[in-house]
Amino acid sequence: MTGRIASRIAAAALIFFAGYAALFIAPDEKTMHVIQRIFYFHVPSWIAMFCAFTVVFVANVAYLATRNAKWDWLGVAGAETGVVCCTIGLITGPLWAKPVWGIWWTWDARLTTTFILWLLYICYLLLRGLIDDPEKKSTLSAVFGIFAFLDVPLVYVSNRLWRTQHPQPVILGGSGSGLDPTMSKVLLVCTLAVVGVMIVVLMDRYRLERLRHEFEELQIEVESRIAEAPAIARERG
Amino acid sequence: MNTPRAAAILLAKELRLEFRTRELLSATIIFGLVVVMMFSFAFDPTAAESRRYGPGLLWIAFLFAGSLMLNPSFAREQTNDTLDALRMAPISSFAILLGKMLANFIFMSLAELVLVPVFGVLYNVSMAGIVWRLILVLALGTVGLTVTGTVFSAISAHARMRELLLPLLLLPILTPLLIGAVEATAALFTEQPALDRMWVALLAGFDIVFLTASWLLCDYLIEE
Repeated sequence: MTGRIASRIAAAALIFFAGYAALFIAPDEKTMHVIQRIFYFHVPSWIAMFCAFTVVFVANVAYLATRNAKWDWLGVAGAETGVVCCTIGLITGPLWAKPVWGIWWTWDARLTTTFILWLLYICYLLLRGLIDDPEKKSTLSAVFGIFAFLDVPLVYVSNRLWRTQHPQPVILGGSGSGLDPTMSKVLLVCTLAVVGVMIVVLMDRYRLERLRHEFEELQIEVESRIAEAPAIARERG
Repeated sequence: MNTPRAAAILLAKELRLEFRTRELLSATIIFGLVVVMMFSFAFDPTAAESRRYGPGLLWIAFLFAGSLMLNPSFAREQTNDTLDALRMAPISSFAILLGKMLANFIFMSLAELVLVPVFGVLYNVSMAGIVWRLILVLALGTVGLTVTGTVFSAISAHARMRELLLPLLLLPILTPLLIGAVEATAALFTEQPALDRMWVALLAGFDIVFLTASWLLCDYLIEE
């Protein structure tokens, strides 16, 4: 309990500090000026998304291997949190692209890949909602999740070969790339903050799924006791 | 019984079932023709434009027709709980999946066999010199479509609204296949037709990745 409160306070403090750092500490960018500051939340939201979807993949594989319902709860928690991070990225991206590139959207490799990723994980959540049998729901959605994750590199490679406009990786892109040292420090803080918030939300979602599961079990227990009650009454009476 | 033999017997069963009525095959072909016809009304293309947009049209028609055709593949078994009978047979789950994949591959190829020449005639695309290369591209694309489609048909058979769900699950996953197949077909429809190695490799890669994944995960798809 104290751990949960402490982690929440830490994540909230970190995200407030990240906002302050992105707006006031990070130096002004030479050509894009204040617009560029969206970068400090755009890139971290993608990093958080990839962390969340990796959690989904690990949870899916672990579920099929162990059949422990805990992994299924982790899978759905990761998918929902990842879709939220993906949505933040897909909203901040066009907001940044419009003034800088002059267009909201372009069918470039990274943009297309994340858009398809977003669709795939929404389909994962949709599929879960449409299967009634809980065991089947966990197993089949895990299989779909693994297929979706395997598709990501293929989508990326095919779009990369097809066309690309997005800036080449700035931070680890070889010669000529690189960030101002203050900028990279702010980016690091923002990434830690967004990933931290993502983890807190994910754990909460996991807890919610566990409680839901426990509640369902209790309901079944209550129903079976009600059904047994007349028999017990007859025995005693 | 070993897997290839079991798969061959199940393939024969699927073919016998289908050729009693031929309803799946004829509906798929007609649906493909409808898409090809609607394209002409929607875009009114010239001969040069059909060459430019034709490959995309052709693959969109195949993917849509395929996502509808693959739906009954597992759903059909549920009417009389015949999948339970297959599960009880002393054969591997992959044999059940493979038999259905092969059957769907044959149905889809037969539909393409009708649709591609009709498309060539309606849009004035000559295919005389490229027959074998075109068959290779079509086959690689169709393998990817039927492998993933059969797996997702096994998934969606257990869900509500499965007719709507299957295209929803299948089409986003098929994006790399669509890009690869359209680009490889487009390279064949140009003035100097050539087999684009890069896109053929991508198609083959897609097929291998998902065939391997379905082989590894087939037990979870077929289990009770």
